[in-house]
Amino acid sequence: MEILVCVKRVPDTAENEIELNAEGNDIERDDLVYSVNEWDNYAVEEAIQMVDKHGGSVTVVTVGDEESEEVLRREMAMGAEKGILLSDDAFEGSDGKGVAAILKAAVEKGSYDLIMTGAQADEGYAQVGGMLAAMLDYPYASLVNSIEVGDGKLKVGREVEGGNIEMNEIELPCVLSIQTGINEPRYVGIRGIRKVASVEIPAMGASDLGIDAGSVGEDAAKVRRIDYFVPEMGEGAEMLEGSTDEIIDKLIELLKSKGGIK
Amino acid sequence: MEAILALIIVAAGVAGVVYVLARRMAPLFRAAKGPAIDRIGERLYGVYWFPHHRMPRPGYEVAGYTHITTLVSLIVLSIHVLMVIYSGFVGFEIPGLESAVGVGYAVISDIALTVLFIACVFAAVRRGVLKPPRYEVPEKYGKDKSRPWAVFLVSFLAAVALLDMIYLGSDAVAAKAAEEGYRFILPLTGTWFAAIIMSGLSASAAGTVNVVSYFILLIGIFVFVNLLPFDRLFHTITGPVTVFCKKLERGSVKPVQWGVDDESVADLESFGVKKFEDFNWKHILDFYSCADCGRCSDNCPANASGRPLSPRFISLKGRDYAFSHYPLKGPFVKNEPLVGDIFSEDEIWSCTTCGACEEECPVTIEYIDKIVDLRRGMIDDGNVPQSLQKPLNALGKRGNPWGKMEKKRPEWIKELPEGVTIKDLSSGDTAETLYFVDSMSSYDDRMMDLARATATVLSAAGADAGILGKNEKDSANDVRRFGEEMLFMELRDHNSEMIAGSGAGNIVTSDPHALNALKKDYKDMPPVEHISEFALRKLKEGTLSFASLDEEEKGKIYTYHDPCYLGRHNQVYDPPREVMDAIPGMNRVEMSRCRDRSFCCGGGGLMLFYEPEEEERMGVHRVRMAKEAGANVIVTACPFCLTNIEDAIKVAGLEGEMEALDLCELVARHIGS
Repeated sequence: MEILVCVKRVPDTAENEIELNAEGNDIERDDLVYSVNEWDNYAVEEAIQMVDKHGGSVTVVTVGDEESEEVLRREMAMGAEKGILLSDDAFEGSDGKGVAAILKAAVEKGSYDLIMTGAQADEGYAQVGGMLAAMLDYPYASLVNSIEVGDGKLKVGREVEGGNIEMNEIELPCVLSIQTGINEPRYVGIRGIRKVASVEIPAMGASDLGIDAGSVGEDAAKVRRIDYFVPEMGEGAEMLEGSTDEIIDKLIELLKSKGGIK
Repeated sequence: MEAILALIIVAAGVAGVVYVLARRMAPLFRAAKGPAIDRIGERLYGVYWFPHHRMPRPGYEVAGYTHITTLVSLIVLSIHVLMVIYSGFVGFEIPGLESAVGVGYAVISDIALTVLFIACVFAAVRRGVLKPPRYEVPEKYGKDKSRPWAVFLVSFLAAVALLDMIYLGSDAVAAKAAEEGYRFILPLTGTWFAAIIMSGLSASAAGTVNVVSYFILLIGIFVFVNLLPFDRLFHTITGPVTVFCKKLERGSVKPVQWGVDDESVADLESFGVKKFEDFNWKHILDFYSCADCGRCSDNCPANASGRPLSPRFISLKGRDYAFSHYPLKGPFVKNEPLVGDIFSEDEIWSCTTCGACEEECPVTIEYIDKIVDLRRGMIDDGNVPQSLQKPLNALGKRGNPWGKMEKKRPEWIKELPEGVTIKDLSSGDTAETLYFVDSMSSYDDRMMDLARATATVLSAAGADAGILGKNEKDSANDVRRFGEEMLFMELRDHNSEMIAGSGAGNIVTSDPHALNALKKDYKDMPPVEHISEFALRKLKEGTLSFASLDEEEKGKIYTYHDPCYLGRHNQVYDPPREVMDAIPGMNRVEMSRCRDRSFCCGGGGLMLFYEPEEEERMGVHRVRMAKEAGANVIVTACPFCLTNIEDAIKVAGLEGEMEALDLCELVARHIGS
């Protein structure tokens, strides 16, 4: 099976030491370190495991600048065979639809049975996977947390409200957006990355992909971020009252309703 | 005729053992390269010193002295055994008895034989009837073949000794019956008893007993020798070699591959131990040398807290693997990956590298290097628990396991106590003494107190001290011990460059993990001291002095917990105690497990992030030990110990009854005169 996994380089915000920039429309990026989007990493691991079992190859693709090459290399160190960097000044500032359009062009340049994306990335829109499927006119399943390979189709599990799982059959070729927890991604050390340091990663621009430069990028974007702020701290806290057992019951109730526990 | 029969037995016995040993050595020649063996004198002394000082350590006196007795008897008897074998070729006459020296040695041999017999009978009773719990084989490791074998082997040896007594005694009886003179036999020795019991025999009957007992004895000796390479008794052959080849540098970790330097290590095909032959020959020799005495697991904190690790079975599983995959007959069995087969992932990640097992092992088997090598293999295959991947990635990107910003590393100096100064050398300043803070004390809110206390001690002693600030990265002591060698090298190289660039003449640290890395893993460092050594030095110089404990503190009972990387790995046991005792009014007690028997707090560095399967935290065990010692203040000298012990006090429900603090904090509070 030929699998294409779309990945993104995102700021590492685990330690949430995020500050707003002076303009107030983005986060201060100077002090940030970057890594591969966590969801994408699960998608790549899943693709590698599928190929290990059923044959084929994994290609990773990203839309970004030269620095994005590092995440492609990281995923190649995991076991992806090929990497493709989609890079062009014209792509800068693309909205979700623009990114999906660029990826669609890349998908059409190859011959893939399955396209995977992470369920979402740093900005939390979770839009590219769905749009890409629509543009390709492929079937789509989101928030996938299990995949079984069948003949010409896949059986995919999806996480739904309340921690329930539904199973779907989906025909290939298709697009899947992958939820974290579907597997345990392998570790990639410096040594692994060095091993793939000299592998050629082809870069493709708008003309290589046959994209009209005017249809993507900042000018074509129909969604624009106009503000970015930390919400004001809410007032007070809810005090639970009663006996210890009552408090515990109320707390469990609250955690359940907020999705904290199942 | 008899000589021919004896020759056949001797030849068969020798051929058998030579063949078995040759087959046993095969994996050693197929294994990875081992260490170069230098410092011969020190090693020879070690062969004498280690077994005999470790076997009778407290708690193991009975087994230890029984073993020493057996061993000394066997050494005394070694020439005697050769003489006995030889006697069959020359008419069953023990050679050398015409001289006084010969008779003297014969008498000594009689004593040794008697002692050996008693020791073996005692050992058989101890293992077979008294059954000390240390030797029990937990169910998950399969059927207990250990005890039946132990009883059989010591009984066999006792029987061989008994046969020898009969052989010697019958010779005396025959001589006496034929009214010939015989050498002096010391009363109450086994030989003497044998002669008394057989004294009624005629010369010819005694002669027959003499010949028959010779042949049974001869077969017995060679059967016993041939049994050696099949079980724990293999240590009688390989043990001394293992001790001779032991790693001499405490606290250090073996290179990824012996003989491959840092520059070419990245080019290696594979890292660490994945298959059996990835172990180096010394490690396979270790497996052979395990005497199955159980001291390692008896002292292993991971084992005590119910983690799936028992060092004893690391060795025994390794030995059994060697025996089954390199059989005495037929082709060798193909090596499969070890992790997932004889070792489990959790077993290998469970080790805190505290070194308690290695401290105890009478044949100086190395466990940490094997664990690290197995981890290197897992890291290389990407097989790393998710709980460890995040801190490892963060260490690579930001130089600390939390992924916090570099510029926040020196945040703690913003709130120094009044009058305390420490320079941030990242701004280009210089200082005579470099305080290497390391990640834990730099970023952890509670441990920043420890850093500030260290700065207070340095400042009070008049040291011109500075920190690397944002230019410091994690010392990577535990990055290396968790098997991520390349990341370790990157962090080490960065720190080495920064330390060299700072121009500092000496380094002080309050983190024993950093101390160990700087001393054992880094090269060309200026002198490195732990803060306890620094404080003691300044006390002795008179530049540091202490005010008395206050009334409330005087009512407390203090105990000192030895951090593994300060104590066992770096042998700093006394300075922290001397510093504590220098504070007037100090009432300090020792826990039963202290100094080289200290019990790990739960592990530092990346072990803080690992989520082990365990029944009870190591720290909780430790806190209870402090309670048993009657202490209510646990003083330690390591930020990881302090974290684990403070948490354990809460888990054990001893909040308010028990407190923990770092030596630096204790010292900083009592600076004065």
